[in-house]
Amino acid sequence: MEYLSIVFQEVYKILFLLVPVLVSVAMIVWLDRRVWAFVQKRQGPNVVGPFGLLQSLADALKYIFKEMIIPSSSNKVIFILAPIVTMTLALIAWAVIPFSASQVLADINVGILYLFAVSSLGVYGIIMGGWASNSKYPFLGAIRSAAQMVSYEVSIGVIIINVLLCVGSLNLNDIVLAQQSMWFVIPLFPMFVIFFISALAETNRPPFDLPEAEAELVAGYQTEYSGMMYAMFWLGEYANILLMCAMGAILFLGGWLSPLEIYPFTLVPEAIWLILKILLLFFLFALVKAIVPRYRYDQLMRLGWKVFLPFSLIWVVLTASYLFYFNLLPVN
Amino acid sequence: MIAHSIFFYTFSLIAIVSAIMVTASKNTVHSVFFLILDFISISCLFIMIGAEFLGMIMLIVYVGAVAVLFLFVVMMLNVAQQKNQWFAAKDSSKHIPVGLIISTLIFVEIIIVIGGWKYKPELFDINNSLAQSSLSNTHSLGQILYTDYIHIFQISGMILLVAMIGAIVLTFRQRAGVKRQSYIKQISRERDEGVEVLEVETNKGVRIDD
Repeated sequence: MEYLSIVFQEVYKILFLLVPVLVSVAMIVWLDRRVWAFVQKRQGPNVVGPFGLLQSLADALKYIFKEMIIPSSSNKVIFILAPIVTMTLALIAWAVIPFSASQVLADINVGILYLFAVSSLGVYGIIMGGWASNSKYPFLGAIRSAAQMVSYEVSIGVIIINVLLCVGSLNLNDIVLAQQSMWFVIPLFPMFVIFFISALAETNRPPFDLPEAEAELVAGYQTEYSGMMYAMFWLGEYANILLMCAMGAILFLGGWLSPLEIYPFTLVPEAIWLILKILLLFFLFALVKAIVPRYRYDQLMRLGWKVFLPFSLIWVVLTASYLFYFNLLPVN
Repeated sequence: MIAHSIFFYTFSLIAIVSAIMVTASKNTVHSVFFLILDFISISCLFIMIGAEFLGMIMLIVYVGAVAVLFLFVVMMLNVAQQKNQWFAAKDSSKHIPVGLIISTLIFVEIIIVIGGWKYKPELFDINNSLAQSSLSNTHSLGQILYTDYIHIFQISGMILLVAMIGAIVLTFRQRAGVKRQSYIKQISRERDEGVEVLEVETNKGVRIDD
């Protein structure tokens, strides 16, 4: 009986986390389209509900009632598995995100490694979808995307090492608490910029949206997908974007800490601060989508391997030597 | 305790079954996917015994990078559909003795290691004090690797680096006649070099690419 109550408690907690995440994914799609439209002097979705807020819900309904077409020459099991993998991976990563010192589903010791591992698994959804479609556009899109995601993951890993050198722990709450005196965005500003650009590439956002470059590859790895499976790819992609924003907020913008520890700011619940920071980063993501043209593929690879990787490695050496010289290394 | 053993047996069952399926499945891409499943369940087992750092590194390195390369190779080489099954083919019987010898060797090695662990435990507790302390897994691993075994650790890193450079040098070949894109040239192009106004004589035409 006590097992059951523990299980129910955990399921309740998980639902309390996942339902808001899914709803905010829907809202964030609307926000993305709205920002994109305003930059181009358009209105964007503004018909369904107040300010068009329910547009994503209407889209979801449309996707649910559409027919799911599974190509006859595809590898059916993997074809169906691919969107499920994408979606699941994008959602399970939220388990370790701390919304305040106590509001975290799993406060594990190696939280940041878990986030990194889950985001590096995200490539499988795309490869599986591209390969199982058994068609050349999805396959080309999947190959491109896998190469891109693996390349930019390396520099994200090195940037994480930079932050960890200043923290001395892999726990996400410790990372947040280490920023009490100063957010890491100030001393590690170049790393924040590189992290932001790598996050764009990692989530296949414009200007790095080559995997689904609609002009060349139709829609990349998701060409053959339709109906709810396509919607799941889409949801997974946006959940991943939100996750990357959360990671940026925790690593560089002080996570759930309020910007100033004085009276009116301390009234706001800590979770709200994290959400505001995630929204700020997402707004930047949406702006970049609207104002930057797409990269050429070889330029993308050059940027990842020849610019970001050496630069962030040099920054690791610099950070380590600075901390060592001034005896600031966090030792416990 | 019951939940613990249920999870342990589930993960080990998945690991063993998927390890068998890696060799038994006809489609090579499926084999790679089973290999990934195997890696994931083994990293779950690592996490269950408290080695969370090793488990996560296993996920990041093997699943996130190595298996992606495997998938690339398998997809590129177009060996997806092996028509005849491994054991049905005639000439595969030559490989069976070699495989048997290797697997016997590995089995004997595992027996020696496990036997040594069981009967001479004092050989294996190198740093018992660290295991008992309250330090987290990552801290104690780092303390052992960067103090007692620093030289071995650095040498293994060097060996990996040399292997990487060696692989690149061996496969690198300069091909003639490949058009290289120099991005500095491309972005520093001015209007004067890009555009040229020509007087074209009638019925003569102009040559542009010289």
